[in-house]
Amino acid sequence: MTHNGRAKTLFEKVWDAHVVTQDAGAPAVLYIDAHLVHEVTSPQAFAMLRERGLPVRRPDRTFATMDHAIPTRNVDITLWPSDAATQVRTLRENCQDFGVTLFDIDGPVQGIVHVVGPEMGITQPGMTIVCGDSHTSTHGAFGALAFGIGTSEVGHVLATQCLLQDKPKTFAINVEGELGVGVTAKDIILAVIAKNGAGGGAGHVFEYRGSAIRGLSMANRMTICNMSIEGGARAGMIAPDETTFAYLKGRPHAPQGADWERAVARWRSLTTDEGAAFDRDLTLDANLLQPMVTYGTNPGQGVVVTGRIPTVDDLNDPAERRSLLSALEYMGLRQGQPMAGQPVDIVFIGSCTNSRIEDLREAAAIVQGKRVAGDVWAIVVPGSKAVKTQAEQEGLDRIFREAGFEWRGAGCSMCLAMNDDKAGAGKYVASTSNRNFQGRQGPGARSLLMSPIMAAAAAVNGRVVDVREML
Amino acid sequence: MQPFTSLTTTAVPLRAENVDTDQIIPARYLTAVTKAGMGDGLFAAWRYGADGAPNPEFVLNRQDYAGAEILLAGRNFGSGSSREHAVWALTEYGFRAVIAPGFADIFYNNSLKNGLLPVALPEEQVAMLWDLVEEQPDTTIAIDLAAQTVTLPDGQQASFAIDPYRKVCLLQGLDDLGYLLSKEPEIAAFEQGQTSNA
Ligand code: SF4
Repeated sequence: MTHNGRAKTLFEKVWDAHVVTQDAGAPAVLYIDAHLVHEVTSPQAFAMLRERGLPVRRPDRTFATMDHAIPTRNVDITLWPSDAATQVRTLRENCQDFGVTLFDIDGPVQGIVHVVGPEMGITQPGMTIVCGDSHTSTHGAFGALAFGIGTSEVGHVLATQCLLQDKPKTFAINVEGELGVGVTAKDIILAVIAKNGAGGGAGHVFEYRGSAIRGLSMANRMTICNMSIEGGARAGMIAPDETTFAYLKGRPHAPQGADWERAVARWRSLTTDEGAAFDRDLTLDANLLQPMVTYGTNPGQGVVVTGRIPTVDDLNDPAERRSLLSALEYMGLRQGQPMAGQPVDIVFIGSCTNSRIEDLREAAAIVQGKRVAGDVWAIVVPGSKAVKTQAEQEGLDRIFREAGFEWRGAGCSMCLAMNDDKAGAGKYVASTSNRNFQGRQGPGARSLLMSPIMAAAAAVNGRVVDVREML
Repeated sequence: MQPFTSLTTTAVPLRAENVDTDQIIPARYLTAVTKAGMGDGLFAAWRYGADGAPNPEFVLNRQDYAGAEILLAGRNFGSGSSREHAVWALTEYGFRAVIAPGFADIFYNNSLKNGLLPVALPEEQVAMLWDLVEEQPDTTIAIDLAAQTVTLPDGQQASFAIDPYRKVCLLQGLDDLGYLLSKEPEIAAFEQGQTSNA
């Protein structure tokens, strides 16, 4: 129980601690502890500051990197297609002019903003964290309240370190039990979204709870929180524990010495109190989960790899039927088709969902000593320079290269195809990213979302297979 | 921000669910450092053929919906990416309101910050409107923000909910920044407290 006697959820504790003030009938003024910035959604916000003659209020709480539009081949960015180069130059100028720390593409720390933040220890329990990117939900894995915002709001936070926010509702996602061999965090979250729908979490903050969640590494927790937005939720959170503290200890921006002890003591209180009520809840039995694959054009359209694509007769709701038919038409797949055996043309291992060192280790273990099948184009894009360096020290790059994968520099790459890493029209991509939207990975591209080990298995088989057959 | 008070105009029926912001504006249109020009990228994958010519099948390209300022869409409109570019694309193209059974949270917020009115109506009512404007594309729909109503030419009326604070902002064209800046003393005091508690 809390001091005032009312049982609170983790979300409510973090929210309440950040409400600066709230006028009657108005949303809350919410204080933001850390603001992450990237090259694509920030230029218009900095331009607004210039127009109004405002400084960045807390440059010490603002961190920028470059990830979305940049090339992942070793090329000189200034020679790159002019628009992406302009965004990179603009971000450099803005960071310089406003005194914001930039993890530049030329420096040692650059990477996907949601990989870099935790890696640097910027992401900490109990914080409020925002970024002009919907996958900011990733940082909730540390018990932070972290959510994506639009460019207008990026401007508000730059200028005032605050946002005007309506309080979201709470939604408990309980995952109890133990995951089977070959079943991963990615499968948990794809199962949650398949069950609750791509829009099912709207207006809510998920809190992932239960023994299956407690047993996960930070990398796996980030994979789950990352895709909260794919379930429609505003954010996703996991209460911090020893796993969280062990991950953070010694990171560059983490508290040090006596401050560290004090911080950990404070962080330990960041759990949902016994008896606290959630507005909604959902329970999954981890023991029953299997590797998942999406067949459609929203992340809720997924099935177990041993299953079949649904038919319209399986669905009652006319909107669901319409969605299924339009998805299958785009995807070139059939109702009732078995998921396993579907050929793939491209394999993409990367994105803020699954590009951490743990993901690469697991995928490498599957491809080790094997070859990418036929003319499958397979690429691995580490989430950050640190992940890339670590992987190279462990020899993972060699395993991937020898198997026929391309080994790239850090960035978003084919997750959103803003650089030259694009899947061609009609191509099937086994992808570890988070969105199977039409054209997301290139105009006309067809994405099949899955875990890193499932994607690795698809690469060496040239089709969707149940990775458990290879373990 | 452009104020929104009321609007009487025709509507484009986009009979699709989960229309995500990658559909509203594909990533390759996000390379600008200004807001201008986004309208060209609106629904690009559906609107243009592989050769870049307008796709005559796509509803937005049909002459009978030209000039419509309301978009009628399915549930979970604006899901996915936080890109405000999606809203800039819709407004630059000429839309002033979107009617749908539900919106993704970030898109909904972004709309309010750009004077684009998101109107959530029950699914049956949206389906009825789809039928109506597909049959009679020149049907005008009147949206009155002050009264929170959507009215058809025959007098049929539906009401919608909107947060009272957001409503005032839209009616008067106020953005959040002025309000937040006026809270400077409270923000400074909060920061003081945070430092001493750390
Ligand atoms: S990896 Fe993909 S989802 Fe993640 S931040 Fe980059 S573009 Fe967005």
